[in-house]
Amino acid sequence: MSNIMTAENLCLWYGNTQALKSVNIEIPEKSITALIGPSGCGKSTFLKTLNRMNDLIPGVKITGDVSYNGTNIFDPSVDVNELRRDVGMVFQKPNPFPMSIYDNIAYGPRTHGIKNKAKLDDIVEKALRDAAIWDEVKDRLKKNALGLSGGQQQRLCIARALAVKPKVLLMDEPTSALDPISTSRIEELALQLKDEYTIIIVTHNMQQSVRISDNTAFFLLGELVEWGNTERLFSQPNDKRTEDYITGRFG
Amino acid sequence: MLTQKISKKRRAYITVMRTLMLISALATAALVLFLVIYVFAKGLPNITWELLSTKPSYLQNRIGILPDILNTVYIVLATLLIVIPLGVGAAIYLTEYASNKKVVGIIEYAAETLSGIPSIIYGLVGMLFFCQFLNMKTSLLAGALTLVIMNLPTVMRTTQESLKTVPQSYREGAFGLGAGKWRVIRTVVLPGCVDGVITGCILSVGRILGESAALLFTAGFAHALNGVIEGLTSPGATLTVALYVYAKEQGEFGVSFSIAAILMILTILINLSATLVSRYFNKRRKL
Ligand SMILES: Nc1ncnc2c1ncn2[C@@H]1O[C@H](COP(=O)(O)OP(=O)(O)O)[C@@H](O)[C@H]1O
Ligand SMILES: [Mg+2]
Repeated sequence: MSNIMTAENLCLWYGNTQALKSVNIEIPEKSITALIGPSGCGKSTFLKTLNRMNDLIPGVKITGDVSYNGTNIFDPSVDVNELRRDVGMVFQKPNPFPMSIYDNIAYGPRTHGIKNKAKLDDIVEKALRDAAIWDEVKDRLKKNALGLSGGQQQRLCIARALAVKPKVLLMDEPTSALDPISTSRIEELALQLKDEYTIIIVTHNMQQSVRISDNTAFFLLGELVEWGNTERLFSQPNDKRTEDYITGRFG
Repeated sequence: MLTQKISKKRRAYITVMRTLMLISALATAALVLFLVIYVFAKGLPNITWELLSTKPSYLQNRIGILPDILNTVYIVLATLLIVIPLGVGAAIYLTEYASNKKVVGIIEYAAETLSGIPSIIYGLVGMLFFCQFLNMKTSLLAGALTLVIMNLPTVMRTTQESLKTVPQSYREGAFGLGAGKWRVIRTVVLPGCVDGVITGCILSVGRILGESAALLFTAGFAHALNGVIEGLTSPGATLTVALYVYAKEQGEFGVSFSIAAILMILTILINLSATLVSRYFNKRRKL
């Protein structure tokens, strides 16, 4: 299996504080990679570097390389909007736009120039089906998305991200604000989606990582301590710090 | 024994203070009520269809305020038409683009100061700059431009405040889908600040209706009946200026009070619509 994204010696500073320390990792295509570690260790920062969402934060400095399909994403010739189209993102707190369900899903495709109504209808339906929320919303596509429950909103946001046909989907603790039922629906969804998409998911929940991921990466204080096959990492960690963390002996 | 004494004293103190506050509240309410009733009693009986629908004529010894009503409409529209794009544009630039927070702070501070300057100073500057330097003569347009400067800070600030209430997560969501900066602003940020723009408009309209000093200098006090284009390029009195002119120069207090009553009704309507608009948007936001 080939790697769709790789990071080499990736360092990141917020002003004077270093949040990522020489991170090296490979992300295999059509797999789920989980990022775990105590809070504040740089998981979100790393995730947001992969589609350059950190560009929005003033004072961020980055060294090292991240490549997507062989191109360096920091290269000046890279169109960041195209990068974000390929590397989509689902945020920790569901953030649907205050518009109709339909317009939420159509937002991305419209951004990238699709105007044809029939085409948009197809894309919206497929995205909602792929995100396993079609049956719940098909009769109320014109209703405001803010009227949905938290779990539905998060699946809507996944559908919204899928509608631009990304190759990679970044998910930052997508279930941390949700109830257990919604959580397991989103986990099932992630497992289905990996046939077509590459998923990188931050989770604070180690069971979740074991349940859904192929690879796991363990971050600590900005450092990527160790990464590899999930089963192997949880049964035979190479690093003492990983072992301490996964056995709950940490902190 | 001792504690009882203190608490008695305290109770008396509370009673006195409460009574004083009640009296001031009642006095305020009574003043407003008196003013409204007085103006309506003196003004409403004089309002006739003829007054509202004609222009003044010395031949027929008649006073009509239609020109003044139209001038007011022209000046309000012209001012809003210019001040909204400018104010909203400035607000968007300051909150979404400007990266130097210090400069933004200075501009915000300047805007606050600007809105506290007495309007007669705007009038003086407007007269020198628009009427004389730009050679617009005394005209409604010169008046409208002066009002633009007066109201620009208000529109900018109310828009800015409502831009700040648009959650950052909306912007992130849109950027995350590959939307460019301008598309994010147009589709996600701007719709969220409509209430601020509307509030700014309502406040501005109220201020324009109430303005006399700045307009006396710049727009003059003619009562000619004009269409929009000639209207804007020739001098003309708004209702408030006409009120002043009729009372002060011609001793026509009946007409002045009629105009006062009309302005009062408009003010009440504007305040009411401001309340309704903000209530509507608050409800929508909570959805
Ligand atoms: N916008 C920011 N500005 C400054 N420091 C930040 C910012 N975002 C995160 N940090 C810091 O970077 C470190 C890593 O944060 P983060 O990536 O959010 O961790 P995690 O997602 O693992 O909880 C933390 O110490 C945090 O305080
Ligand atoms: Mg985080």
